[in-house]
Amino acid sequence: MAEDWHKVARRSELAEGEIASATVGDKQVAIYLIDGEVHATDNICTHAFACLSDGYLENGIIECPLHAGRFEVKTGKALGAPVNVDIAVYAVKLVGDDVLVKLG
Amino acid sequence: MTDAIVIVGAGHAGGRTAETLRAAGVTAPIQLIGAESYPPYERPPLSKDLLTGKIAVEKTYIQPAAYWAEHDIALVLDAPAAALDRAAKQVRLSDGRVLDYATLVLATGGRPRRLSLPGSDSGRVRYLRDIEDTRAIRAALGPDARLAIVGAGVIGLEVAASARALGAAVTVLEVAPMPLGRVVDRALGEWFMALHRGHGVDMRMGVSVQAIRDGAGGAVLELADGATVAADLVVVGIGIVPNAELARDAGLTVDDGIVVDQFGRTADPAIFAVGDVARAFHPTVGRHVRLEAWRNADNQSRAVARVIAGGSEPYVEVPWMWSDQYDINLQVAGLPSAVDASVRRGTDDKFTVIQLKDGAVVGGVTVNQGRDMRPLQQLIAKAAQVDAERLADPAVPLAQIAKGA
Repeated sequence: MAEDWHKVARRSELAEGEIASATVGDKQVAIYLIDGEVHATDNICTHAFACLSDGYLENGIIECPLHAGRFEVKTGKALGAPVNVDIAVYAVKLVGDDVLVKLG
Repeated sequence: MTDAIVIVGAGHAGGRTAETLRAAGVTAPIQLIGAESYPPYERPPLSKDLLTGKIAVEKTYIQPAAYWAEHDIALVLDAPAAALDRAAKQVRLSDGRVLDYATLVLATGGRPRRLSLPGSDSGRVRYLRDIEDTRAIRAALGPDARLAIVGAGVIGLEVAASARALGAAVTVLEVAPMPLGRVVDRALGEWFMALHRGHGVDMRMGVSVQAIRDGAGGAVLELADGATVAADLVVVGIGIVPNAELARDAGLTVDDGIVVDQFGRTADPAIFAVGDVARAFHPTVGRHVRLEAWRNADNQSRAVARVIAGGSEPYVEVPWMWSDQYDINLQVAGLPSAVDASVRRGTDDKFTVIQLKDGAVVGGVTVNQGRDMRPLQQLIAKAAQVDAERLADPAVPLAQIAKGA
């Protein structure tokens, strides 16, 4: 359904290796530009309340700024203690300069 | 002859050791022996989310309770170890049971250092090390409670923040002039003092408690300067003592912890030590250190388990710890040591401090700036020589400096 997609960023404002964030309803979304591709995950770490968009991104892996839990951005896979619950990954599509994500 | 692996201590490090042994394909019997009543759990929440009631006890477990049996790990709880016989390769438990081992891992952790003052055996005086301690402290805390904390270290300040969240009136008593003296420098100590004062904590530095009197309405702490502090509950956080007696009595080398090499090995080829109790050689700092931190419990035990499983990789990692107080996240990398210079970057409430010695990065601290922690550790691991002016330049991301170092 068309209304499932939400605009969260402008493609032209994303920088390689950096992380943008957006709030859609009660969800917080982190938006990544990795090797020219846009990805989106939930922005709140599955371990403690922290924004992944404040974290450290390297080689496609986001490290939480609070306790260094790590997730693979493309798959959301939790890469070991202290995180053992994967992070939600959201589908992304580009419409013109708009970055849209599909939630839920 | 048995091929059994016995792990004494079913805390975070002991549990991780067992788990990693199985993951590495070890098929020998594994017995994980704990003095407490709970399966292996992480201690960081005990002074924070478990104390404030934000999470349930099960959330602290490093694996779901059913995990151990599913992986053929015999978890034996409420069973403190009493003695070690290295010649017979046996551990005797306090209930009389005797366990044969081929390999023994000592993960016995530590116990709170106790106050030794007139009246310090009062029932109002508590320590915080395990789940039962947290439960007892929580039961005594409430919006009307008066809490006195002895010791302004990480545990003391985390308990202070949690108690404020629960509405208690909090006084922190510390003999040193600044809080967090084992962790951060004076400037940061002052920053944390202001943080707690801003949250309504009565921070009294440079004071020493002489006696604790039980009064009708609570405990009264008598200070050396003649002042008194009334409290319903006293929580003491003045460090831990490693539980190394089993090893010492069996003739292993003990020096503020069980002395092991970078593979977790004692001088006895059948015996290893991991976690808070192990004083291990750390290649990144060039000496033996005993680390009381989550990461060490987690990763040193994994490394040592892989050695037991036949691997040959030492445990090499920059020491790292964190503390959460109110909405502040503190992280410290490296070990406190004499430094020549500190470079601070960031704002008043979000910053990174990089410590230099002889021009090389040896340590650092982040406050609400965890993003800098990974590059900081990369710089420490390389003992990178970095220009202090460039480090101070906010226009140059630390990650960029680390990549070029």
